Amino acid sequence: MKDIKSRLFSGDTRLSDLITAHPSLLTLLNRLGISLGFGDRSIDDVCEASGVNTDFFLLICNVYTFNNYVPSTAAILGTDMTRLVPYLEKSHRYYVDKRLPHIERHLDAIAQNLSGRIGQVFISFFQEYKAEVEDHFAHEERDVFPHIRALMSGERDTTYSIDKFIATHSDIEGKLDDLLNIVFKYLPPQVDDDNVMDVVYDILRLREDLKKHTFIEEKIMVPLVQHLEHAILS
Amino acid sequence: MKKRLLIVEPSEVIIEGLKAILEEQIRFKVLEPEMSAERVEERVLAARPDVLLINPTLVNNLSRLRADNSLAVVALVYQYVERDVLKQYDAVIDIRDSRAQVIETLSQALPSEVDSSTGSYELTKRETAVLVQLAQGKTNKEIADALNVSVHTVISHRKNITHKTGIKSVAGLTVYAMLNNLIDESSLL
Repeated sequence: MKDIKSRLFSGDTRLSDLITAHPSLLTLLNRLGISLGFGDRSIDDVCEASGVNTDFFLLICNVYTFNNYVPSTAAILGTDMTRLVPYLEKSHRYYVDKRLPHIERHLDAIAQNLSGRIGQVFISFFQEYKAEVEDHFAHEERDVFPHIRALMSGERDTTYSIDKFIATHSDIEGKLDDLLNIVFKYLPPQVDDDNVMDVVYDILRLREDLKKHTFIEEKIMVPLVQHLEHAILS
Repeated sequence: MKKRLLIVEPSEVIIEGLKAILEEQIRFKVLEPEMSAERVEERVLAARPDVLLINPTLVNNLSRLRADNSLAVVALVYQYVERDVLKQYDAVIDIRDSRAQVIETLSQALPSEVDSSTGSYELTKRETAVLVQLAQGKTNKEIADALNVSVHTVISHRKNITHKTGIKSVAGLTVYAMLNNLIDESSLL
C-alpha cells in the first residue's frame, strides 16, 4: 500500500505528463470538466482554471490508474466532493450517448453479414443490454443523485436511503463479457473483418471503464453518502 | 485428478462387480465401499467423494447428503423405484446396464466443470440438450422434467456450459445456440 501511495499523482505534475504516462485518462478529462488545450500547465493550474478541485481530480485519476488503490474514508471525507454527482452524470451520458452507440454501429455492420434471423437475435441481444444499462443509470439519476445533492446542500432528506442502493446495485459490465465471447469466439469466420477487431477493443475498453465507474459508486459515493446521512440525521 | 467414487450398497456381490468394472477406469478412484445405511452421511463428510453411487432404498434424506453442492449422487437400482424418487438423482444406473453404460452414466454425472481427462471445452450431448431448452425460454424445472433429470443436474450442466463458453446470460446463450445452428429459428419465441 505504501508503494502505491508513493506512486500516486500530485498536483504539481504536468497534466500532459500524466496523460502521456496513462493515455486512457484522456477520456476522463471531459467528464471531469477539463478541456483539451491545457499546454504545459500543471494539474493544479489546469484544475484551478477549470474550477475543478484538484484533490477530487487526482482521486478519480488515481482510482482509474491503480487497480488496488482504495481511498480511505478519511481521504474521501477530506476531499471536496461537489463535483462527484456531475462527474457520475457526465459518465452516464458518455456511456449512453457515445460509447454504446459507437459499439452498436459496429455490431450493426457485423449483423449485416449474418444470415437473417441470427443477425436480428444478435442485435437484439445488444439492444436489451443497452436498455438494461439505461434503466440502471435512470434509477441512479432519479433516486440516488438528487438524494446526494439534497444532503450536500444540508437538507434533511429522508425520501431515499443509500441502503436501498447498496441492496440493489448490480454490476452492468458482466453482460459485456457475454457479448465479447460471442463476438470474438463464436461469430462465423466469414464475418472476420475490421468491425470485429474494432468492436472487441471498444467492448474491452468500455468494460474496464464501467468497472471503475462501479468502483467509484461503491467505494467512494457510498461511504460519502453514509457519512452525510449519519451526520444530518443524528 | 481422479474422481473419488463412494459406493453405498449392502450387497457384497454388487460391490465387487462394480469395483471390477471401475477399477480399470483411470478417471475414478473407488473409495472403500460403505455397506451400512446408517453411516452414509458420516462417510460422505469424511471421505469427501465427488460421486456417490447409492441404492435409493438406503437413502432417507437426499438433501442432507447434498449439503456439499458439488457432489453428484447417482442411484443404483436393481428393482422398481418410483420415477419421482429417481428424478432427485443426477443419474441412474441399473445393475443390468452394460459395462460401457455404467461408465458413461457415471462420467456424465460428474460435476467437473471441464472434462479433466480430455481437457475438452466442447459441450457434451447433455449440455447441448440443456442449452437448446434454455434458448427456448424454459425454466430449470421445465428442463429437468423434459430431460427427466433433477433440477440440481440442470444447474450443474448450466454451470458447465457457462464455464466452457464464457457466456452467462440466457440471452447470450441463445445467440450462441443460434450461431452454432443448435436451434432452429422457428423454435424461438
